[in-house]
Parts: sequence; structure tokens; C-alpha cells
Amino acid sequence: MTQSRHRRAGMVRSHTATGGDLTPARQGLDAATLLLADAGQPVTGLAAQPRRVMELCLPGVLSVSEVAAHLHLPGPVVRVIVSRLLDSGHLSARAPFVPTASSPHSAEVLRKVLVALEKL
Amino acid sequence: MPARAQSVKVLVLGPFAVGKTTFVRTVSEIRPLSTEERMTRAGELVDELDELSEKDTTTVAMDFGRLTLSEEIVLYLFGAPGQPRFHGMVRSLMQGALGGLVLVDTRRIADSFDAIDLLEEARLPYTVAVNHFSGSPRYSDAHLRDSLSMDDEQPLVSLDAREIGSAKHGLIALVRHILYRPRHLEHTP
Repeated sequence: MTQSRHRRAGMVRSHTATGGDLTPARQGLDAATLLLADAGQPVTGLAAQPRRVMELCLPGVLSVSEVAAHLHLPGPVVRVIVSRLLDSGHLSARAPFVPTASSPHSAEVLRKVLVALEKL
Repeated sequence: MPARAQSVKVLVLGPFAVGKTTFVRTVSEIRPLSTEERMTRAGELVDELDELSEKDTTTVAMDFGRLTLSEEIVLYLFGAPGQPRFHGMVRSLMQGALGGLVLVDTRRIADSFDAIDLLEEARLPYTVAVNHFSGSPRYSDAHLRDSLSMDDEQPLVSLDAREIGSAKHGLIALVRHILYRPRHLEHTP
């Protein structure tokens, strides 16, 4: 991962990173929400930070918190950038799995988690 | 990781210096990362950017780790800060979580009450794990359950947060608890 020289040291306001975008982020963008980049969407024309988000997500699935950590940006700022990329179809998002009662799918996911943990 | 990928979020809670970061570091396949999250008053959403008008908010660095469990499932572990002033942030973090792992240091058992209270309040499944330190007293399960006011159904394990072969038992106990005691799921949103 390329280390950013543009560290957030209190000198850059949060809204600079979002390109002045102050509209609220989508609700439900969890720290563990997975982001999937659409490789078919052009990244040319995107501002620097959204483009960096795309570059991070294109090789594989990353969570909102991973994107924030890699870009050295606060979570709320990344949520605003990600929200715009979701609106434009560059990204799609999947909220973390939460089991629901009496759902066979939930039990199946939990069993897979359990099997994987036991192998550690 | 295919497009069907799902994430699972588990919180690691407990008082200051109980071993949360160690636990996350041991289990994580990546060097634990840190994200700066907005700390708000209880129940408030964290998505506003207007820093100047929010005098009663500040940010806090939060450590997290990642563990790919299968082709489709990736586990995220978040070390939740224990100090009461971070409760608002921890409550937000609890949304969307599978459950919580409460670490206990037997030299100061009562310090873990706070984390248990937060999980109970959020009706989130949890497991209590004693993280043994060299020289820390060893108590019987019965004594620990009594000290922590835990009923017999609530899982209690002992582990060493520095060893993956030991640390994993905390997560295994949590997932088993969720899987085999479905009444707890009735409370999750």
C-alpha cells in the first residue's frame, strides 16, 4: 500500500477531502460494510480521493474501515466519498451479516464461520 | 474474494489494557489498522461533516483487524475502547455486529462490568473470556460467574490473547452461542 504523504494533520478540513461535498453520507454504511468496485465504470473524471477509493477497491473487496485506514481519512469523510460512488454506480455495498432467527441461511453462514475458526 | 462476499463484525470489549489490541493483532491476517471515528453522544449518527458546530464530538482512533474465513466470508474484529466517554461510539459500532467478546483480567474483574452492561443493553450476544496474564489469579468458573453475575447459559472461556490457538476459542464460543441458542437472535435487528 502506498503511504500517503498527504497526512491528515489538522491542516486540511474534512470537506476538502470530499471536494466540498457536505451532503450527508448514506445511512447504514457500517465500518464493516464491504465495498465492491465495478471495473466497468470509468475512473477518469473522478476527483483525487474518490479515485483513490476506487483504486483500493478494484483489486478486491474491502470494508469501509479498511478504505478509511489506507487513505488516512476519518470514517465519516470516507462514508461521504463512498456514498457518492455508490450513487454513481462505481461501487456497490454489502452490509455486514447479521443472523436472523429461524433463517436456514443464517445458520449456514454461522456454521461456515465456526468451521473456519476451528481450523485456525 | 468473489462478489458474493459477506462480512461478519465482532467487537472485542473490555477495560483499558485488558488485551483487546493484542487479541485483534493475534487473530488478524493483516497488520491491525486504525480508523478515526467520530465520537458522539449516545444514539446519534456519525455522518455529519460540519466539524465546527459539533463542539461535543471528537474523534477517536479505533483498531481493527481482518480475517478471511472462507472464499466468501471475511471477519472484522473491532477493538472497542473501554472508557465510558466512548460509549456512544461503541453503541454505534454494535449495530450490525454479530456479537461481542468481553475480555476480563482476573486482577480487576469488576472493570469488565461496563462492557457487559453495554452488550446487555444492546441485546447483543456475547461471550466472556478471561485473558490470563502471568501472575494473575486463577479462579474457578463458578467464582467468575458469581463475580460477573453470569448465568450458566452465558459462555465463559479462558484464553491467552497472544496465541491464535488459544484466542480462537473466544470466537468459537461466541459463534456456538449464537448458533445453538437461537432465542438470542430474536433480539437482533
